[in-house]
Amino acid sequence: MKLVALSGSNVGTKTRTVMEHLTQTVMVQDPNVEATLIDLAEVDMVFSDGRNFTEYTGDTGRVTRALMDADVIIIGTPIFQASIPATLKNIFDLLPVNAFRDKVVAMVATAGSAKHYMVPQQQLQPILTYMKAQVVQPYVFIEEKDLLRGQIVNNDVIARLDRLVEDTLVLTQTYASIREAKNAAYGF
Amino acid sequence: MSETTGQTAPPEQTAPTEQAQATNMMDHLGFTSGQGLQFGMYSLGDHLPNPADGSRVDAGERIREFIGYAQAAEDAGFDFFSVGESHQEYFASQAHAVILGAIAQATSTIRIGSTSTILSTSDPVRVFENFSTIDHISNGRAELVAGRASRIGLFELLGYDLRDYEELFEEKFELLGRINREQRVTWSGKFRAPLNSAEVLPRPAQDPLPIWRAVGGAPTSAIKAGLAGVPMVMAHLGGTTSSFKPTVDAYREAARHRGFDPATLPIANAGFLHVAETSQEALRGLYPHINEGMKRSNGQGMPKQLFAQAVDPHSIVNLGSPQQIVEKVLHQHEVFGHQRYLGQIDFGGMPYEKVMKQIEILGSEVIPAVKKYTVSSTPQATSAMNANTAEEVAR
Repeated sequence: MKLVALSGSNVGTKTRTVMEHLTQTVMVQDPNVEATLIDLAEVDMVFSDGRNFTEYTGDTGRVTRALMDADVIIIGTPIFQASIPATLKNIFDLLPVNAFRDKVVAMVATAGSAKHYMVPQQQLQPILTYMKAQVVQPYVFIEEKDLLRGQIVNNDVIARLDRLVEDTLVLTQTYASIREAKNAAYGF
Repeated sequence: MSETTGQTAPPEQTAPTEQAQATNMMDHLGFTSGQGLQFGMYSLGDHLPNPADGSRVDAGERIREFIGYAQAAEDAGFDFFSVGESHQEYFASQAHAVILGAIAQATSTIRIGSTSTILSTSDPVRVFENFSTIDHISNGRAELVAGRASRIGLFELLGYDLRDYEELFEEKFELLGRINREQRVTWSGKFRAPLNSAEVLPRPAQDPLPIWRAVGGAPTSAIKAGLAGVPMVMAHLGGTTSSFKPTVDAYREAARHRGFDPATLPIANAGFLHVAETSQEALRGLYPHINEGMKRSNGQGMPKQLFAQAVDPHSIVNLGSPQQIVEKVLHQHEVFGHQRYLGQIDFGGMPYEKVMKQIEILGSEVIPAVKKYTVSSTPQATSAMNANTAEEVAR
């Protein structure tokens, strides 16, 4: 199983801190998962110009291919202006409309306060659903007060992340086995 | 619909004179002779491995396969054979006009053409010279289908800016049409040097050279073909036949809006074709080629769930037993009232002998039946118009 943890912002470190923790959690829960962390702050991405994702070169080509090859994606996003950051939206614009077909996608948000706790559901989830993702229903919303100097300092957040990873991996395996049985039943 | 075209349409007063001079392409291509629906085969020119064992013939052999298909299709009674232009990895038809030159020499009665010539990244003068020459080599059997490219790699390869994607095609397509109609052309535009009373030679054997516009599934591009009053080749990967009816309607409506008579404008319908003893066998025979081929050429395969629906009589994918294919082609003909059907048989590393077998079965079992049920003494355009009316009444 290939998993990509995507840290969706090129500003700040809170989302990155959480995504690093998540990647560790994945490896602890299932060492067989091939987990990759992509931090959009560390790659040089071009804006989407409408071409097929296979035709991008450099970091853009590497990131789009990694996402398309993944079985499961965990997206970490900060909240910018009551929505997701432009860097993350650009990732979606770079991919085909059915990019997340047969993939499980989970969401984690980091924010300065709790005021925008519905943003993942109202801004991010509709995009993922449009792109045919099987979205993990629960998501984890993390506030600034839960983090200190590159560490998660709220045990409840750690517990919620543990559950999110577990749900994500279980769902990925479940959908994979359903798909396998269904595809076998077609007889071609 | 009419509102959309109303906003984009230039003044209508130019239309009647242009239309009066325009050749009736339906007559010109022999679609009104009552010979029934034309049946053709097209290859995109892909050069993909056979998913069964990962093997791939070399480029030379693949190019010679296209020529072999054309000869076999001619022998089997196909009306048309065409090959596309593509510059990306896993294709062997970059110089499709050269391949068509060889096909022109190797065949004698079948009509031949491109599906599609990527006009956006070529000079219309050179394109016309090539196809006019192919027309002479073939004794007046050449046709050109102009398209915009579904990939952008060739823009970089051939030195064009992707931001001009739309305008490159529109300007060049207009110029190509003028070169085709006018003995001497005086023209200036953005993407090539001006022409000053230029005579583009050789003049084709057919006057004019049949030029079609390639259209994807969506109505937008069909509207442009209709407004230009040029024949349309409508291509698709799958879906329900009825879902492409709005595209056909939009094309005819746009043509009518600009003063062209839709009854003078042929339509070709192009998509996947695979014949086997049963539909289940057809699914098994084609799926790996489509799925693996699309993964390589598009980056994404085709889900089995979607592909399984191709056996439905209302699916636009012509897959199944000879009888099922005949019924589908006839159903599509009833819905669209088109003049030519083009089947893509060789995609995704289908072994040569299997393609040849397909051509043989289609020639012996499918084409005669399709002809039998579509032959009529009345022009097909009239029945197409009647089909429209019937459908409107049914609604």
